[in-house]
Amino acid sequence: MNKHRYLPMTDEDQAEMLAAIGASEIEDLFADIPPKVRYQGTLRMSGAMSEPELLQHMKELAGRNRDAERYTSFLGAGLYDHHIPVVIPHILSRSEFYTAYTPYQPEISQGELQAIFEFQSYMCELTGMKVANASMYDGATALAEAAALASAATGRSRVLLSSTVHPEARAVVKTAARGLGLEIVEIGYCGGVTDLNELENMASDEIAAVLVQSPNFFGCIEDIQACGRIVHARGGLLVTSCNPLSLGLLEAPGNLGADVAVGDAQPLGIPASLGGPTCGFFAVSEALMRRMPGRIVGQTVDKEGKRGYVLTLQAREQHIRREKATSNICSNQALLALCASVYLSVMGKAGLQEVAKQNYCKARYAAGRAATEPGLSLAFEAPFFNEFVIKLPEGTSPDDLSAKLLQAGYIGGLELGREYPELAGHMLVAVTERRSKAEIDGFISEMGAG
Amino acid sequence: MSDIKENYVYSREHEWAAKAEGQIVRIGISDHAQSQLGDIVFVELPQLGAKVDAGDSIGSIESVKTVSELYSPVSGTVRRVNETLLEQPELINEQPYEGGWIAEVEVEGQVGEALAALLTAEQYRELVE
Amino acid sequence: MKPDKALIFEMSRPGRVAYSLPECDVPECDASEDIPVHLLRSKPAGLPEVYEVDVIRHYTELSRRNFGVDNGFYPLGSCTMKYNPKLNEEAARLAGFARIHPYQPEESIQGALELLYTLQQDLAELTGMDQMTLQPAAGAHGEWTGLMLIRAYHESRGEKRTKVIVPDSSHGTNPASATAAGFETVTIPSNSKGLVDLDKLRAAAGPDTAALMLTNPNTLGLFEEQIVEIAAIVHEAGGLLYYDGANSNAIMGIARPGDMGFDVVHLNLHKTMSTPHGGGGPGAGPVGVKSRLIPFLPKPVVSRRADGTYYWDYDRPQSIGRVKAYYGNFGILVRAYAYIRSYGPEGLRRVSECAVLNANYMRMRLAPYFDVPYPGICKHEFVLSGKRLKAYGVRTLDVAKRLLDFGYHPPTIYFPLNVEECLMIEPTETESKETMDAFIDTMIQIIREAETNPQLLLEAPHTTIVKRLNETQAARKPVLNCTCG
Repeated sequence: MNKHRYLPMTDEDQAEMLAAIGASEIEDLFADIPPKVRYQGTLRMSGAMSEPELLQHMKELAGRNRDAERYTSFLGAGLYDHHIPVVIPHILSRSEFYTAYTPYQPEISQGELQAIFEFQSYMCELTGMKVANASMYDGATALAEAAALASAATGRSRVLLSSTVHPEARAVVKTAARGLGLEIVEIGYCGGVTDLNELENMASDEIAAVLVQSPNFFGCIEDIQACGRIVHARGGLLVTSCNPLSLGLLEAPGNLGADVAVGDAQPLGIPASLGGPTCGFFAVSEALMRRMPGRIVGQTVDKEGKRGYVLTLQAREQHIRREKATSNICSNQALLALCASVYLSVMGKAGLQEVAKQNYCKARYAAGRAATEPGLSLAFEAPFFNEFVIKLPEGTSPDDLSAKLLQAGYIGGLELGREYPELAGHMLVAVTERRSKAEIDGFISEMGAG
Repeated sequence: MSDIKENYVYSREHEWAAKAEGQIVRIGISDHAQSQLGDIVFVELPQLGAKVDAGDSIGSIESVKTVSELYSPVSGTVRRVNETLLEQPELINEQPYEGGWIAEVEVEGQVGEALAALLTAEQYRELVE
Repeated sequence: MKPDKALIFEMSRPGRVAYSLPECDVPECDASEDIPVHLLRSKPAGLPEVYEVDVIRHYTELSRRNFGVDNGFYPLGSCTMKYNPKLNEEAARLAGFARIHPYQPEESIQGALELLYTLQQDLAELTGMDQMTLQPAAGAHGEWTGLMLIRAYHESRGEKRTKVIVPDSSHGTNPASATAAGFETVTIPSNSKGLVDLDKLRAAAGPDTAALMLTNPNTLGLFEEQIVEIAAIVHEAGGLLYYDGANSNAIMGIARPGDMGFDVVHLNLHKTMSTPHGGGGPGAGPVGVKSRLIPFLPKPVVSRRADGTYYWDYDRPQSIGRVKAYYGNFGILVRAYAYIRSYGPEGLRRVSECAVLNANYMRMRLAPYFDVPYPGICKHEFVLSGKRLKAYGVRTLDVAKRLLDFGYHPPTIYFPLNVEECLMIEPTETESKETMDAFIDTMIQIIREAETNPQLLLEAPHTTIVKRLNETQAARKPVLNCTCG
């Protein structure tokens, strides 16, 4: 293996460089590794392939997955099959963006810095919050960071968590809570939305925050304003998680009393990619600005007065504050934040409203069809955005139904039994702007004929 | 050469302390400390009413690329903080001993006793030079 | 002077569009009949109104104001800015990887599961660990996950261990992750050789020690020669060893953390495994453990049945739970897998050999012009001190800014914190001798400039689209969004 297309070292280079170092062989450069821990022999790992072989192999592996280009997907549950505007992959393929590191040298990173500044601006526009950061790993980890922020800001350690928040986000919050010593109290749901009576009962002067998601995991729209009133009366913070695409139709959380608004930007032009990488966003009220985790870009001027951008408020961060940092986050999801920004640039003011409206209308149509289809019914009456829960015919085997739907060319919704045992035999169905009336009709018929 | 006020006393962590009215001790950071930090961009002020022991961390001072803890040089209760610093943190750079004061702490015992534990200007000069 | 680059918001003209959607083919519906009016958007989000050409030109212009590995040499120490192979990008964009959903039936994603399973096995073998989780999204996320595993392990044995020891040269993420996992950090100073001071470690280790976090080679690019003794000290105290894999590019196929005594490791696939840094992310930070920690791994892990099919294994009652939604940054994992298969084990060993040879070559050639705080062979990176330039009123920052004028990304500066006026250089294996020679010649020229015309450095950069930016103003009066909507 002395020749490889990514490695420039020739035998001659190697000889010259060793001579310059004063070493006789490469082995000399590893003389500081104790023999006891030197690895001998060849690792038992997957073997090398040439470029054409490897390309073929990757295509073969990919070909064994049923993807949303070949199948008609009604699966959402946090990751949605939206149209990805054609310009997005072109822009994201600019290697000046994707082969750069975090913009530590602002003079040669103005492109990325401006892109992040625009992303922050977009997130503020969508959420109605005062400031936003450069992104988080995903919506779930953003929610966990929000719980941590709320605890630090209030000096309290009890956090109320609605059970209509995405189950995986709740799981991440709980893992994080164990590390931080937070107490998580789950609030039940009623008719598909957070039980406000229970929330009222559980709210006390010890709560740091309530964490609520809207549209929630069932697709239902929560009254986050009412949640805010309850938690604010007790001196806690309102943390909301939202689908950014829904904000073309639904009120901005910042206008409904949210102190922290987080979510996942996946609906904004990011492919589902088996769940990652996506992009978490994190926006807060002005009072919480300096408690935000992660990178933040600010506008400034250069010494000639020209507008420019830099990473700022860095004293919050791990590389300066170490164990006292607001968070340990270092890498974020910059390239996906760029993706979301390009999406919002393409959709613009009118497009975002239009796409949100189409999602809403198509989901309403599908729900209407399901409600009248023999054997099917709707689980909840609460208004929803682009996703809703269908009660399947008695005795339906979820595995059999999935298989049957795949056979017919559909990727079906999510059966809820594992996360919500009381909802076994129910399916969470998402309908995006990509679904046509004919596809919806076909899918609902296929489910009902069960 | 940094400015060291003769009639003030100092901690090894570079805070200054000076007697104000009654039981009140005013505190800030020394000229030496501000010049080491560089341009100060934000001050996390102590909590009003907090009971502190000498040597406790009661806030922090941020410059662009570093952050420094603020330790209370005396024990007592935080009675006032300099809220002007929230808008104009540069006052610490410009007038560390005057407009850049950070907090006032009410001590319980003798003010003189509390200050006696700290370095005199002369001792502090030896420390930083 | 050219005017400022416009923000996309400033390019907006009412009435322009860049999107195209089909006519809605279901009946129109009125949201206000259904959704309470206070929950409906009262004022549309202030997004720009531009057309497609604006979008393309805007982002193309932004890309031209950015510098990546594809633009030139990027010797940013600790970040392993190696070439990002294009095949890996192509592979990750295949619809069979990009357009699949984690909640699809397992039988409909067998190709993806096989890839994940094989990657788990390969990374475990590479690091000498018994099992991996691919869930963490980045290095720091991996650190935190690993520390949560360590915490769960100690708790399962009924032990309350509260302290994590880190050397003073450690990455800032180490202590920050320890805090997030509920531990107190104990920082120990390095010895005069830049290595862990065994006496200090002995003094710090005790019944409250949960773990020692270590990078090996460390952040100075030095191999911890006494790693076996270090491991023994920590293990005898009942603590575990955590391996920060940020510097794994030095030792692939040459030494394995598992053989050194480490119990938990993370790898930064965006460093060692060539996945692109993306301007700050996404990355991936898989975590590997020795067998005694396997029960605590985040769930699910990918497992293989006797019949050769793959599945998500959720049946893990002692698991710490989830650390991220779904199964990790799959798109990054696809690229890492393709990278491993483009080299194979012998190729990866050659990668590390070349990375180390390149670093030592640069170190030898630059040594006469700087102070070398830790002489002797280095691994994949090395540190220099620019302190002698202070005599000319020049600091390391100025050297870095002057490098911009020559078309280079500067090395990491002012890290690690225990080296004065530090420059940390990591060439990686994908740079040629000519590239390194040209960079070295430039560095020598800059030193000469510092001696003869320091102003040239103090005012640098001269050729970039913006000059040095006022970071004080940015932090004192933060302007964090354009509020132009």
